[in-house]
Amino acid sequence: MSQAAPAMKSRRRNGSQRRRERAGLLFVLPAMALVVVFFLIPLCMTVWMSFHNWPLMGSPRWTGLDNYAAMLKDRRFWGAMEFTIWYSIIATIAIFGVAFPLALFVERPGRMTGVYRTAFFLPVVVGFGSASLLWAWFMNVDSGLFSPAAVALGIVDEPVNLMATTEGVFWSIMVLVVWKTAGFSMILLMTGLQSVPHDILEAAHIDGANKFQRFWRIKLPLMRRTLALALILSVAGSMLAFDQFYIISNGGPRNSTLTAVYWIFSQSFVSFKLGYGAALSMVLLVILVVISVVQLWLLRSTTGDAH
Amino acid sequence: MTRRVNLPGFAGYHLIGTVLALSFIAPLAWAFLSSLKPAAEARLPPLPPWPSGAVTIENYIALDGYGVGFWNHASNSVIVSLGTVFLTVIISVLGGYGFSRFRFPFKGVFFVMIISTIMIPFQSILTPLFLILSKAGLQNSLTGLILIYVTLQLPFSIFMMRNAFDAVPIEIEEAARVDGASVFTVLTRVMLPLVAPGIVTVAIFAFLAAWNEFLAALIFLTDQEKYTLPVLIVAVRSGRYGSVDWGAVQSGVTVMMIPCVLLFLLLQRYYVRGLTAGAVK
Repeated sequence: MSQAAPAMKSRRRNGSQRRRERAGLLFVLPAMALVVVFFLIPLCMTVWMSFHNWPLMGSPRWTGLDNYAAMLKDRRFWGAMEFTIWYSIIATIAIFGVAFPLALFVERPGRMTGVYRTAFFLPVVVGFGSASLLWAWFMNVDSGLFSPAAVALGIVDEPVNLMATTEGVFWSIMVLVVWKTAGFSMILLMTGLQSVPHDILEAAHIDGANKFQRFWRIKLPLMRRTLALALILSVAGSMLAFDQFYIISNGGPRNSTLTAVYWIFSQSFVSFKLGYGAALSMVLLVILVVISVVQLWLLRSTTGDAH
Repeated sequence: MTRRVNLPGFAGYHLIGTVLALSFIAPLAWAFLSSLKPAAEARLPPLPPWPSGAVTIENYIALDGYGVGFWNHASNSVIVSLGTVFLTVIISVLGGYGFSRFRFPFKGVFFVMIISTIMIPFQSILTPLFLILSKAGLQNSLTGLILIYVTLQLPFSIFMMRNAFDAVPIEIEEAARVDGASVFTVLTRVMLPLVAPGIVTVAIFAFLAAWNEFLAALIFLTDQEKYTLPVLIVAVRSGRYGSVDWGAVQSGVTVMMIPCVLLFLLLQRYYVRGLTAGAVK
Protein backbone atom coordinates (compact mmCIF):
# COMPACT_ATOMS: atom_id res chain seq x y z
CA MET A 1 0.00 0.00 0.00
CA SER A 2 1.70 3.16 1.22
CA GLN A 3 5.23 3.23 -0.07
CA ALA A 4 6.55 5.89 2.37
CA ALA A 5 10.06 5.30 3.67
CA PRO A 6 9.97 2.18 5.90
CA ALA A 7 12.73 3.60 8.10
CA MET A 8 10.34 6.18 9.52
CA LYS A 9 8.51 3.69 11.72
CA SER A 10 7.41 6.03 14.48
CA ARG A 11 4.55 5.66 16.90
CA ARG A 12 2.64 8.26 14.95
CA ARG A 13 2.83 6.16 11.85
CA ASN A 14 1.46 3.12 13.71
CA GLY A 15 -1.45 5.23 14.90
CA SER A 16 -2.25 6.40 11.40
CA GLN A 17 -2.01 2.83 10.18
CA ARG A 18 -4.57 1.75 12.74
CA ARG A 19 -6.77 4.63 11.69
CA ARG A 20 -6.55 3.45 8.08
CA GLU A 21 -7.41 -0.10 9.17
CA ARG A 22 -10.48 1.20 10.92
CA ALA A 23 -11.40 3.32 7.89
CA GLY A 24 -11.12 0.29 5.61
CA LEU A 25 -13.40 -1.75 7.87
CA LEU A 26 -15.92 1.07 7.99
CA PHE A 27 -15.95 1.31 4.21
CA VAL A 28 -16.83 -2.36 3.73
CA LEU A 29 -19.19 -2.47 6.71
CA PRO A 30 -22.47 -1.58 4.91
CA ALA A 31 -21.88 -4.21 2.24
CA MET A 32 -20.99 -6.84 4.84
CA ALA A 33 -24.04 -5.98 6.95
CA LEU A 34 -26.41 -6.45 4.00
CA VAL A 35 -24.79 -9.70 2.92
CA VAL A 36 -24.95 -11.09 6.46
CA VAL A 37 -28.55 -10.06 7.15
CA PHE A 38 -30.07 -10.78 3.74
CA PHE A 39 -27.90 -13.65 2.60
CA LEU A 40 -25.85 -15.54 5.18
CA ILE A 41 -28.47 -15.61 7.91
CA PRO A 42 -31.25 -16.66 5.47
CA LEU A 43 -28.93 -19.31 4.09
CA CYS A 44 -28.41 -20.83 7.54
CA MET A 45 -32.12 -20.44 8.27
CA THR A 46 -33.01 -22.44 5.16
CA VAL A 47 -31.07 -25.39 6.57
CA TRP A 48 -32.64 -24.94 10.01
CA MET A 49 -36.19 -24.52 8.69
CA SER A 50 -35.91 -27.61 6.53
CA PHE A 51 -35.95 -29.74 9.70
CA HIS A 52 -39.20 -28.19 10.93
CA ASN A 53 -42.86 -28.15 10.31
CA TRP A 54 -43.04 -24.38 9.89
CA PRO A 55 -46.50 -22.91 9.34
CA LEU A 56 -47.04 -19.23 8.51
CA MET A 57 -48.98 -18.72 11.75
CA GLY A 58 -48.28 -20.59 14.99
CA SER A 59 -45.01 -21.98 16.21
CA PRO A 60 -42.68 -24.23 14.25
CA ARG A 61 -42.17 -27.81 15.38
CA TRP A 62 -38.96 -29.84 15.02
CA THR A 63 -39.66 -32.81 12.76
CA GLY A 64 -36.17 -34.03 11.98
CA LEU A 65 -35.89 -35.50 8.52
CA ASP A 66 -39.66 -35.71 7.90
CA ASN A 67 -39.60 -33.02 5.22
CA TYR A 68 -36.86 -34.83 3.36
CA ALA A 69 -38.72 -38.14 3.64
CA ALA A 70 -41.86 -36.46 2.30
CA MET A 71 -39.82 -34.92 -0.48
CA LEU A 72 -38.58 -38.31 -1.64
CA LYS A 73 -42.20 -39.34 -2.13
CA ASP A 74 -43.25 -36.05 -3.71
CA ARG A 75 -43.97 -37.12 -7.29
CA ARG A 76 -44.80 -33.61 -8.39
CA PHE A 77 -41.50 -32.24 -7.11
CA TRP A 78 -39.44 -34.85 -8.95
CA GLY A 79 -41.61 -34.36 -12.00
CA ALA A 80 -40.85 -30.65 -11.81
CA MET A 81 -37.15 -31.38 -11.29
CA GLU A 82 -37.05 -33.67 -14.29
CA PHE A 83 -38.90 -31.14 -16.41
CA THR A 84 -36.49 -28.38 -15.31
CA ILE A 85 -33.44 -30.46 -16.18
CA TRP A 86 -34.81 -31.34 -19.61
CA TYR A 87 -35.76 -27.75 -20.19
CA SER A 88 -32.26 -26.59 -19.18
CA ILE A 89 -30.51 -29.03 -21.50
CA ILE A 90 -32.68 -28.24 -24.52
CA ALA A 91 -32.65 -24.49 -23.85
CA THR A 92 -28.86 -24.46 -23.56
CA ILE A 93 -28.44 -26.36 -26.83
CA ALA A 94 -30.94 -24.09 -28.58
CA ILE A 95 -29.39 -20.90 -27.20
CA PHE A 96 -25.93 -22.00 -28.31
CA GLY A 97 -27.21 -23.10 -31.69
CA VAL A 98 -28.34 -19.53 -32.26
CA ALA A 99 -25.76 -17.58 -30.24
CA PHE A 100 -22.65 -19.12 -31.79
CA PRO A 101 -23.51 -18.30 -35.40
CA LEU A 102 -24.54 -14.82 -34.24
CA ALA A 103 -21.21 -14.36 -32.46
CA LEU A 104 -19.33 -15.32 -35.63
CA PHE A 105 -21.58 -12.97 -37.57
CA VAL A 106 -20.95 -9.90 -35.39
CA GLU A 107 -17.31 -10.61 -34.55
CA ARG A 108 -15.88 -8.41 -37.31
CA PRO A 109 -15.64 -4.63 -36.87
CA GLY A 110 -17.83 -2.23 -38.81
CA ARG A 111 -20.54 0.30 -38.13
CA MET A 112 -23.42 -1.82 -39.43
CA THR A 113 -22.10 -4.85 -37.56
CA GLY A 114 -22.41 -2.77 -34.39
CA VAL A 115 -26.04 -2.05 -35.26
CA TYR A 116 -26.76 -5.76 -35.77
CA ARG A 117 -25.06 -6.56 -32.47
CA THR A 118 -27.26 -4.01 -30.69
CA ALA A 119 -30.41 -5.43 -32.30
CA PHE A 120 -29.56 -9.03 -31.33
CA PHE A 121 -28.82 -7.93 -27.79
CA LEU A 122 -31.88 -5.73 -27.26
CA PRO A 123 -34.23 -8.49 -25.97
CA VAL A 124 -31.73 -9.23 -23.17
CA VAL A 125 -32.37 -5.91 -21.43
CA VAL A 126 -36.15 -6.32 -21.54
CA GLY A 127 -37.27 -8.14 -18.41
CA PHE A 128 -38.39 -11.76 -18.39
CA GLY A 129 -41.71 -10.53 -17.02
CA SER A 130 -42.35 -8.22 -19.98
CA ALA A 131 -41.13 -10.79 -22.49
CA SER A 132 -43.37 -13.47 -20.98
CA LEU A 133 -46.42 -11.19 -21.09
CA LEU A 134 -45.64 -10.48 -24.72
CA TRP A 135 -45.50 -14.20 -25.46
CA ALA A 136 -48.70 -14.90 -23.52
CA TRP A 137 -50.37 -12.54 -25.97
CA PHE A 138 -48.65 -13.98 -29.06
CA MET A 139 -49.69 -17.49 -28.02
CA ASN A 140 -53.35 -16.63 -27.51
CA VAL A 141 -55.40 -18.48 -30.06
CA ASP A 142 -57.94 -15.72 -30.79
CA SER A 143 -56.11 -12.44 -30.18
CA GLY A 144 -52.52 -13.54 -30.57
CA LEU A 145 -50.01 -13.74 -33.35
CA PHE A 146 -48.64 -17.27 -33.76
CA SER A 147 -51.78 -19.22 -34.59
CA PRO A 148 -53.50 -16.53 -36.73
CA ALA A 149 -50.26 -15.92 -38.64
CA ALA A 150 -49.80 -19.65 -39.28
CA VAL A 151 -53.38 -19.86 -40.57
CA ALA A 152 -52.92 -16.76 -42.76
CA LEU A 153 -49.72 -18.18 -44.23
CA GLY A 154 -51.40 -21.50 -44.92
CA ILE A 155 -49.05 -23.46 -42.63
CA VAL A 156 -52.05 -24.91 -40.77
CA ASP A 157 -55.70 -25.13 -41.75
CA GLU A 158 -57.27 -24.81 -38.32
CA PRO A 159 -56.31 -22.43 -35.49
CA VAL A 160 -53.88 -24.11 -33.07
CA ASN A 161 -54.27 -23.44 -29.36
CA LEU A 162 -50.66 -23.48 -28.23
CA MET A 163 -51.69 -23.17 -24.57
CA ALA A 164 -53.65 -26.43 -24.67
CA THR A 165 -50.76 -28.85 -25.12
CA THR A 166 -47.51 -29.42 -23.26
CA GLU A 167 -45.61 -29.36 -26.57
CA GLY A 168 -47.25 -26.09 -27.61
CA VAL A 169 -46.31 -24.41 -24.33
CA PHE A 170 -42.83 -25.91 -24.18
CA TRP A 171 -41.70 -25.00 -27.69
CA SER A 172 -43.30 -21.57 -27.63
CA ILE A 173 -41.43 -20.81 -24.41
CA MET A 174 -38.28 -22.24 -25.98
CA VAL A 175 -38.56 -19.71 -28.81
CA LEU A 176 -39.08 -16.97 -26.22
CA VAL A 177 -36.02 -18.00 -24.22
CA VAL A 178 -33.78 -18.21 -27.27
CA TRP A 179 -34.98 -14.82 -28.52
CA LYS A 180 -34.59 -13.28 -25.06
CA THR A 181 -31.17 -14.68 -24.06
CA ALA A 182 -29.21 -15.59 -27.21
CA GLY A 183 -27.79 -12.03 -27.34
CA PHE A 184 -26.21 -12.50 -23.92
CA SER A 185 -24.35 -15.68 -24.89
CA MET A 186 -23.49 -14.04 -28.21
CA ILE A 187 -21.61 -11.19 -26.49
CA LEU A 188 -19.69 -13.62 -24.26
CA LEU A 189 -18.75 -15.84 -27.20
CA MET A 190 -17.80 -12.83 -29.30
CA THR A 191 -15.45 -11.63 -26.57
CA GLY A 192 -13.94 -15.10 -26.52
CA LEU A 193 -13.47 -15.15 -30.28
CA GLN A 194 -11.89 -11.70 -30.25
CA SER A 195 -9.50 -12.62 -27.47
CA VAL A 196 -7.76 -15.21 -29.65
CA PRO A 197 -4.38 -13.61 -30.47
CA HIS A 198 -4.22 -12.34 -34.02
CA ASP A 199 -0.63 -13.44 -34.68
CA ILE A 200 -1.50 -17.08 -33.98
CA LEU A 201 -4.26 -16.96 -36.59
CA GLU A 202 -1.96 -15.15 -38.98
CA ALA A 203 0.75 -17.78 -38.49
CA ALA A 204 -1.75 -20.60 -39.12
CA HIS A 205 -2.94 -18.79 -42.21
CA ILE A 206 0.62 -18.60 -43.54
CA ASP A 207 1.12 -22.28 -42.72
CA GLY A 208 -1.82 -23.00 -45.01
CA ALA A 209 -4.66 -23.62 -42.55
CA ASN A 210 -7.98 -22.77 -44.17
CA LYS A 211 -10.83 -20.84 -42.54
CA PHE A 212 -12.52 -24.00 -41.29
CA GLN A 213 -9.32 -25.40 -39.74
CA ARG A 214 -8.47 -22.06 -38.17
CA PHE A 215 -11.87 -22.09 -36.47
CA TRP A 216 -11.92 -25.71 -35.25
CA ARG A 217 -8.25 -26.19 -34.49
CA ILE A 218 -7.29 -22.79 -33.14
CA LYS A 219 -10.13 -20.47 -32.18
CA LEU A 220 -12.37 -23.05 -30.54
CA PRO A 221 -9.69 -24.64 -28.31
CA LEU A 222 -8.30 -21.24 -27.33
CA MET A 223 -11.67 -19.88 -26.27
CA ARG A 224 -12.83 -22.88 -24.28
CA ARG A 225 -12.76 -20.90 -21.05
CA THR A 226 -15.37 -18.51 -22.43
CA LEU A 227 -17.23 -21.43 -23.90
CA ALA A 228 -17.42 -23.19 -20.55
CA LEU A 229 -18.52 -20.00 -18.83
CA ALA A 230 -21.30 -19.28 -21.34
CA LEU A 231 -22.54 -22.88 -21.11
CA ILE A 232 -22.60 -22.91 -17.33
CA LEU A 233 -24.34 -19.53 -17.10
CA SER A 234 -26.99 -20.76 -19.49
CA VAL A 235 -27.56 -24.01 -17.58
CA ALA A 236 -27.64 -22.26 -14.20
CA GLY A 237 -30.05 -19.61 -15.49
CA SER A 238 -32.38 -22.22 -16.98
CA MET A 239 -32.41 -24.31 -13.80
CA LEU A 240 -33.94 -21.30 -12.03
CA ALA A 241 -36.66 -20.67 -14.63
CA PHE A 242 -39.85 -19.31 -13.10
CA ASP A 243 -41.25 -16.09 -14.61
CA GLN A 244 -42.07 -17.44 -18.06
CA PHE A 245 -43.81 -20.58 -16.76
CA TYR A 246 -45.74 -18.74 -14.06
CA ILE A 247 -46.86 -15.94 -16.37
CA ILE A 248 -47.50 -17.85 -19.58
CA SER A 249 -48.71 -21.31 -18.65
CA ASN A 250 -49.25 -21.31 -14.87
CA GLY A 251 -47.33 -24.57 -14.92
CA GLY A 252 -50.00 -26.12 -17.13
CA PRO A 253 -51.56 -27.79 -18.93
CA ARG A 254 -52.18 -30.24 -16.07
CA ASN A 255 -48.99 -29.23 -14.21
CA SER A 256 -46.85 -30.54 -17.06
CA THR A 257 -44.68 -27.40 -17.20
CA LEU A 258 -44.03 -26.92 -13.49
CA THR A 259 -40.42 -25.96 -12.83
CA ALA A 260 -38.44 -26.56 -9.63
CA VAL A 261 -38.59 -22.92 -8.51
CA TYR A 262 -42.31 -22.85 -9.35
CA TRP A 263 -43.01 -25.86 -7.11
CA ILE A 264 -40.93 -24.41 -4.27
CA PHE A 265 -42.82 -21.14 -4.67
CA SER A 266 -46.21 -22.80 -4.56
CA GLN A 267 -45.35 -25.03 -1.58
CA SER A 268 -43.89 -22.09 0.37
CA PHE A 269 -46.13 -19.20 -0.58
CA VAL A 270 -49.39 -20.71 -1.79
CA SER A 271 -49.69 -23.69 0.58
CA PHE A 272 -47.53 -21.90 3.20
CA LYS A 273 -45.57 -25.02 4.11
CA LEU A 274 -42.44 -22.98 4.82
CA GLY A 275 -40.41 -25.82 6.32
CA TYR A 276 -41.15 -28.11 3.43
CA GLY A 277 -40.38 -25.32 0.97
CA ALA A 278 -36.99 -24.90 2.68
CA ALA A 279 -36.24 -28.60 2.30
CA LEU A 280 -37.04 -28.40 -1.40
CA SER A 281 -34.86 -25.29 -1.66
CA MET A 282 -31.94 -27.26 -0.23
CA VAL A 283 -32.04 -29.60 -3.22
CA LEU A 284 -32.03 -26.69 -5.65
CA LEU A 285 -29.26 -25.00 -3.69
CA VAL A 286 -27.03 -28.07 -3.75
CA ILE A 287 -27.54 -28.52 -7.50
CA LEU A 288 -26.62 -24.90 -8.23
CA VAL A 289 -23.62 -24.90 -5.93
CA VAL A 290 -22.37 -28.04 -7.69
CA ILE A 291 -22.81 -26.28 -11.04
CA SER A 292 -20.84 -23.29 -9.72
CA VAL A 293 -18.06 -25.48 -8.38
CA VAL A 294 -17.81 -27.22 -11.75
CA GLN A 295 -17.63 -23.78 -13.33
CA LEU A 296 -14.80 -22.64 -11.03
CA TRP A 297 -12.96 -25.88 -11.62
CA LEU A 298 -13.29 -25.60 -15.41
CA LEU A 299 -12.15 -21.99 -15.35
CA ARG A 300 -9.19 -22.73 -13.14
CA SER A 301 -7.95 -25.89 -14.86
CA THR A 302 -7.86 -24.17 -18.23
CA THR A 303 -6.37 -20.86 -17.12
CA GLY A 304 -3.56 -19.63 -19.33
CA ASP A 305 -3.49 -22.73 -21.50
CA ALA A 306 -2.51 -20.82 -24.63
CA HIS A 307 0.13 -23.50 -25.36
CA MET B 1 -5.86 -10.75 -44.51
CA THR B 2 -6.48 -9.75 -48.11
CA ARG B 3 -8.88 -6.88 -48.67
CA ARG B 4 -10.74 -7.43 -51.88
CA VAL B 5 -14.12 -5.91 -52.59
CA ASN B 6 -16.43 -8.87 -52.65
CA LEU B 7 -19.75 -7.34 -53.69
CA PRO B 8 -22.03 -10.44 -53.51
CA GLY B 9 -20.50 -11.38 -50.16
CA PHE B 10 -20.92 -7.85 -48.84
CA ALA B 11 -24.55 -7.62 -49.99
CA GLY B 12 -25.33 -11.08 -48.65
CA TYR B 13 -23.86 -10.25 -45.26
CA HIS B 14 -25.93 -7.12 -44.90
CA LEU B 15 -29.07 -8.74 -46.24
CA ILE B 16 -28.82 -11.52 -43.66
CA GLY B 17 -27.89 -9.00 -40.98
CA THR B 18 -30.86 -6.80 -41.70
CA VAL B 19 -33.35 -9.68 -41.76
CA LEU B 20 -31.97 -11.10 -38.50
CA ALA B 21 -31.89 -7.70 -36.79
CA LEU B 22 -35.49 -7.01 -37.80
CA SER B 23 -36.65 -10.38 -36.52
CA PHE B 24 -35.01 -9.77 -33.14
CA ILE B 25 -36.65 -6.36 -32.85
CA ALA B 26 -40.01 -7.50 -34.28
CA PRO B 27 -41.65 -8.77 -31.05
CA LEU B 28 -40.90 -5.47 -29.30
CA ALA B 29 -42.12 -3.44 -32.28
CA TRP B 30 -45.25 -5.60 -32.46
CA ALA B 31 -46.21 -4.74 -28.88
CA PHE B 32 -45.53 -1.04 -29.31
CA LEU B 33 -47.42 -0.68 -32.61
CA SER B 34 -50.40 -2.76 -31.45
CA SER B 35 -50.67 -0.76 -28.24
CA LEU B 36 -51.63 2.26 -30.36
CA LYS B 37 -54.80 0.60 -31.67
CA PRO B 38 -58.31 1.21 -30.31
CA ALA B 39 -59.19 -1.33 -27.59
CA ALA B 40 -61.64 -3.24 -29.78
CA GLU B 41 -59.06 -3.67 -32.52
CA ALA B 42 -56.39 -4.74 -30.00
CA ARG B 43 -58.45 -7.87 -29.33
CA LEU B 44 -58.09 -9.02 -32.94
CA PRO B 45 -54.96 -10.81 -34.20
CA PRO B 46 -52.23 -8.21 -34.76
CA LEU B 47 -52.00 -8.66 -38.52
CA PRO B 48 -50.73 -6.12 -39.43
CA PRO B 49 -49.41 -4.81 -36.08
CA TRP B 50 -50.09 -1.12 -36.75
CA PRO B 51 -53.54 0.44 -36.21
CA SER B 52 -55.77 0.43 -39.28
CA GLY B 53 -57.11 3.90 -38.49
CA ALA B 54 -55.79 6.75 -36.39
CA VAL B 55 -53.36 6.23 -33.54
CA THR B 56 -55.00 6.29 -30.10
CA ILE B 57 -53.82 6.04 -26.51
CA GLU B 58 -56.99 4.25 -25.39
CA ASN B 59 -54.99 1.22 -24.23
CA TYR B 60 -52.75 3.39 -22.08
CA ILE B 61 -55.75 5.05 -20.48
CA ALA B 62 -57.30 1.61 -19.85
CA LEU B 63 -54.17 0.69 -17.89
CA ASP B 64 -55.15 3.27 -15.29
CA GLY B 65 -58.24 1.22 -14.45
CA TYR B 66 -56.19 -1.61 -12.96
CA GLY B 67 -54.85 -1.94 -9.43
CA VAL B 68 -54.91 1.41 -7.65
CA GLY B 69 -54.22 3.44 -10.78
CA PHE B 70 -51.35 3.33 -13.18
CA TRP B 71 -49.33 6.21 -11.73
CA ASN B 72 -49.19 4.68 -8.26
CA HIS B 73 -47.74 1.48 -9.63
CA ALA B 74 -45.39 3.28 -11.98
CA SER B 75 -44.10 5.36 -9.07
CA ASN B 76 -43.67 2.18 -6.97
CA SER B 77 -41.48 0.80 -9.75
CA VAL B 78 -39.54 4.06 -10.05
CA ILE B 79 -39.01 4.27 -6.28
CA VAL B 80 -37.80 0.68 -6.07
CA SER B 81 -35.51 1.01 -9.10
CA LEU B 82 -33.97 4.38 -8.22
CA GLY B 83 -33.70 3.39 -4.56
CA THR B 84 -31.84 0.25 -5.58
CA VAL B 85 -29.54 2.21 -7.90
CA PHE B 86 -28.80 4.85 -5.25
CA LEU B 87 -28.02 2.41 -2.42
CA THR B 88 -26.12 -0.01 -4.64
CA VAL B 89 -23.87 2.76 -5.92
CA ILE B 90 -23.12 4.18 -2.46
CA ILE B 91 -22.49 0.83 -0.82
CA SER B 92 -20.40 -0.57 -3.66
CA VAL B 93 -18.31 2.61 -4.02
CA LEU B 94 -17.51 2.51 -0.31
CA GLY B 95 -16.92 -1.23 -0.34
CA GLY B 96 -14.92 -1.22 -3.56
CA TYR B 97 -12.69 1.55 -2.22
CA GLY B 98 -12.22 -0.27 1.08
CA PHE B 99 -11.28 -3.54 -0.60
CA SER B 100 -9.02 -1.83 -3.13
CA ARG B 101 -7.01 0.59 -1.00
CA PHE B 102 -7.03 -0.51 2.63
CA ARG B 103 -5.54 -3.28 4.63
CA PHE B 104 -7.58 -4.67 7.53
CA PRO B 105 -8.15 -7.98 9.32
CA PHE B 106 -10.25 -10.59 7.45
CA LYS B 107 -10.20 -8.51 4.28
CA GLY B 108 -9.78 -11.55 2.02
CA VAL B 109 -12.45 -13.54 3.84
CA PHE B 110 -14.94 -10.68 3.64
CA PHE B 111 -14.33 -10.17 -0.05
CA VAL B 112 -14.74 -13.86 -0.89
CA MET B 113 -17.87 -13.95 1.27
CA ILE B 114 -19.50 -11.14 -0.70
CA ILE B 115 -18.45 -12.42 -4.11
CA SER B 116 -19.40 -16.04 -3.46
CA THR B 117 -23.04 -15.16 -2.74
CA ILE B 118 -23.38 -15.04 -6.52
CA MET B 119 -23.12 -18.84 -6.54
CA ILE B 120 -26.19 -19.30 -4.40
CA PRO B 121 -29.53 -18.67 -6.08
CA PHE B 122 -31.67 -16.24 -4.10
CA GLN B 123 -34.67 -18.36 -5.11
CA SER B 124 -33.51 -20.91 -2.54
CA ILE B 125 -33.53 -18.48 0.40
CA LEU B 126 -36.92 -16.91 -0.27
CA THR B 127 -38.70 -18.47 2.71
CA PRO B 128 -36.29 -17.23 5.39
CA LEU B 129 -36.10 -13.83 3.66
CA PHE B 130 -39.86 -13.66 3.96
CA LEU B 131 -39.63 -14.34 7.71
CA ILE B 132 -36.78 -11.86 8.24
CA LEU B 133 -38.63 -9.11 6.42
CA SER B 134 -41.78 -9.85 8.45
CA LYS B 135 -39.83 -9.68 11.72
CA ALA B 136 -38.24 -6.39 10.70
CA GLY B 137 -41.61 -4.97 9.68
CA LEU B 138 -40.33 -4.69 6.11
CA GLN B 139 -42.60 -7.26 4.56
CA ASN B 140 -45.02 -5.72 2.07
CA SER B 141 -42.80 -2.63 1.91
CA LEU B 142 -40.86 -1.13 -0.96
CA THR B 143 -37.92 -0.53 1.40
CA GLY B 144 -37.66 -4.25 2.13
CA LEU B 145 -37.67 -5.02 -1.57
CA ILE B 146 -34.97 -2.41 -2.21
CA LEU B 147 -32.71 -3.90 0.48
CA ILE B 148 -33.04 -7.35 -1.08
CA TYR B 149 -32.35 -6.05 -4.58
CA VAL B 150 -29.28 -4.17 -3.34
CA THR B 151 -27.94 -7.29 -1.64
CA LEU B 152 -28.39 -9.27 -4.86
CA GLN B 153 -26.45 -6.61 -6.80
CA LEU B 154 -23.55 -6.48 -4.34
CA PRO B 155 -21.27 -9.29 -5.58
CA PHE B 156 -21.19 -7.89 -9.12
CA SER B 157 -21.06 -4.24 -8.02
CA ILE B 158 -18.35 -4.64 -5.38
CA PHE B 159 -16.26 -6.62 -7.86
CA MET B 160 -16.71 -3.90 -10.52
CA MET B 161 -15.91 -1.03 -8.17
CA ARG B 162 -12.88 -2.72 -6.64
CA ASN B 163 -11.47 -3.21 -10.14
CA ALA B 164 -12.27 0.40 -10.99
CA PHE B 165 -10.38 1.67 -7.94
CA ASP B 166 -7.53 -0.77 -8.59
CA ALA B 167 -7.07 0.82 -12.01
CA VAL B 168 -6.44 4.29 -10.56
CA PRO B 169 -2.70 4.92 -10.03
CA ILE B 170 -1.83 5.04 -6.34
CA GLU B 171 0.30 8.18 -6.86
CA ILE B 172 -2.74 10.35 -7.54
CA GLU B 173 -4.23 9.41 -4.20
CA GLU B 174 -0.97 9.78 -2.31
CA ALA B 175 -0.42 13.26 -3.71
CA ALA B 176 -3.81 14.29 -2.36
CA ARG B 177 -3.06 12.72 1.00
CA VAL B 178 0.27 14.50 1.29
CA ASP B 179 -1.57 17.73 0.66
CA GLY B 180 -3.55 16.96 3.82
CA ALA B 181 -6.84 15.72 2.38
CA SER B 182 -8.83 13.43 4.67
CA VAL B 183 -9.71 9.86 3.67
CA PHE B 184 -13.24 10.92 2.84
CA THR B 185 -12.16 13.95 0.82
CA VAL B 186 -9.75 11.80 -1.17
CA LEU B 187 -12.61 9.45 -2.02
CA THR B 188 -15.23 12.03 -2.94
CA ARG B 189 -13.09 14.73 -4.56
CA VAL B 190 -10.22 12.83 -6.12
CA MET B 191 -11.26 9.23 -6.71
CA LEU B 192 -14.96 9.52 -7.54
CA PRO B 193 -14.54 11.30 -10.90
CA LEU B 194 -11.92 8.75 -11.90
CA VAL B 195 -14.16 5.73 -11.29
CA ALA B 196 -17.27 7.33 -12.82
CA PRO B 197 -17.47 4.84 -15.72
CA GLY B 198 -17.56 1.96 -13.23
CA ILE B 199 -20.33 3.71 -11.33
CA VAL B 200 -22.39 4.07 -14.51
CA THR B 201 -22.01 0.34 -15.20
CA VAL B 202 -23.04 -0.59 -11.67
CA ALA B 203 -26.02 1.79 -11.85
CA ILE B 204 -27.33 0.39 -15.16
CA PHE B 205 -27.20 -3.19 -13.93
CA ALA B 206 -28.91 -2.24 -10.68
CA PHE B 207 -31.65 -0.33 -12.49
CA LEU B 208 -32.44 -3.07 -14.99
CA ALA B 209 -32.43 -5.78 -12.31
CA ALA B 210 -34.78 -3.86 -10.01
CA TRP B 211 -37.09 -2.56 -12.75
CA ASN B 212 -37.60 -6.03 -14.23
CA GLU B 213 -37.58 -8.26 -11.14
CA PHE B 214 -40.76 -10.28 -10.72
CA LEU B 215 -40.53 -13.21 -8.28
CA ALA B 216 -39.45 -11.34 -5.13
CA ALA B 217 -41.90 -8.53 -5.87
CA LEU B 218 -44.67 -11.10 -6.28
CA ILE B 219 -43.89 -12.75 -2.95
CA PHE B 220 -42.97 -9.82 -0.74
CA LEU B 221 -45.57 -7.27 -1.86
CA THR B 222 -48.93 -8.51 -0.62
CA ASP B 223 -51.03 -5.31 -0.80
CA GLN B 224 -52.21 -4.38 -4.24
CA GLU B 225 -51.31 -0.73 -3.71
CA LYS B 226 -47.64 -1.70 -3.33
CA TYR B 227 -47.43 -3.65 -6.61
CA THR B 228 -44.62 -2.75 -8.97
CA LEU B 229 -45.34 -2.71 -12.73
CA PRO B 230 -44.41 -6.34 -13.52
CA VAL B 231 -46.76 -7.62 -10.80
CA LEU B 232 -49.51 -5.23 -11.93
CA ILE B 233 -49.33 -6.13 -15.61
CA VAL B 234 -49.33 -9.85 -14.80
CA ALA B 235 -52.55 -9.18 -12.88
CA VAL B 236 -53.91 -7.36 -15.96
CA ARG B 237 -53.07 -10.40 -18.04
CA SER B 238 -54.96 -12.73 -15.68
CA GLY B 239 -58.04 -10.83 -16.82
CA ARG B 240 -61.25 -9.65 -15.20
CA TYR B 241 -64.55 -11.52 -15.39
CA GLY B 242 -62.93 -14.17 -17.55
CA SER B 243 -61.75 -11.88 -20.32
CA VAL B 244 -58.33 -10.38 -20.89
CA ASP B 245 -57.86 -6.82 -22.13
CA TRP B 246 -54.99 -7.54 -24.52
CA GLY B 247 -54.75 -3.87 -25.42
CA ALA B 248 -53.89 -3.05 -21.80
CA VAL B 249 -51.34 -5.88 -21.74
CA GLN B 250 -49.68 -4.45 -24.87
CA SER B 251 -49.51 -0.93 -23.48
CA GLY B 252 -48.29 -2.27 -20.12
CA VAL B 253 -45.50 -4.26 -21.74
CA THR B 254 -44.54 -1.22 -23.79
CA VAL B 255 -44.32 0.96 -20.69
CA MET B 256 -42.14 -1.64 -18.98
CA MET B 257 -39.76 -2.05 -21.89
CA ILE B 258 -39.20 1.57 -22.91
CA PRO B 259 -36.89 2.57 -20.02
CA CYS B 260 -34.79 -0.58 -20.51
CA VAL B 261 -34.43 -0.08 -24.25
CA LEU B 262 -33.60 3.63 -23.95
CA LEU B 263 -31.12 3.10 -21.15
CA PHE B 264 -29.37 0.38 -23.11
CA LEU B 265 -29.24 2.35 -26.38
CA LEU B 266 -27.83 5.41 -24.62
CA LEU B 267 -25.33 3.67 -22.35
CA GLN B 268 -24.58 0.49 -24.27
CA ARG B 269 -20.84 0.94 -23.93
CA TYR B 270 -20.99 0.81 -20.13
CA TYR B 271 -23.40 -2.10 -20.11
CA VAL B 272 -21.32 -4.32 -22.36
CA ARG B 273 -18.20 -3.39 -20.39
CA GLY B 274 -19.86 -4.73 -17.25
CA LEU B 275 -20.89 -7.88 -19.02
CA THR B 276 -17.45 -8.72 -20.30
CA ALA B 277 -15.60 -7.58 -17.17
CA GLY B 278 -17.76 -9.80 -15.00
CA ALA B 279 -17.50 -12.71 -17.39
CA VAL B 280 -14.01 -12.84 -18.76
CA LYS B 281 -12.04 -12.15 -15.59
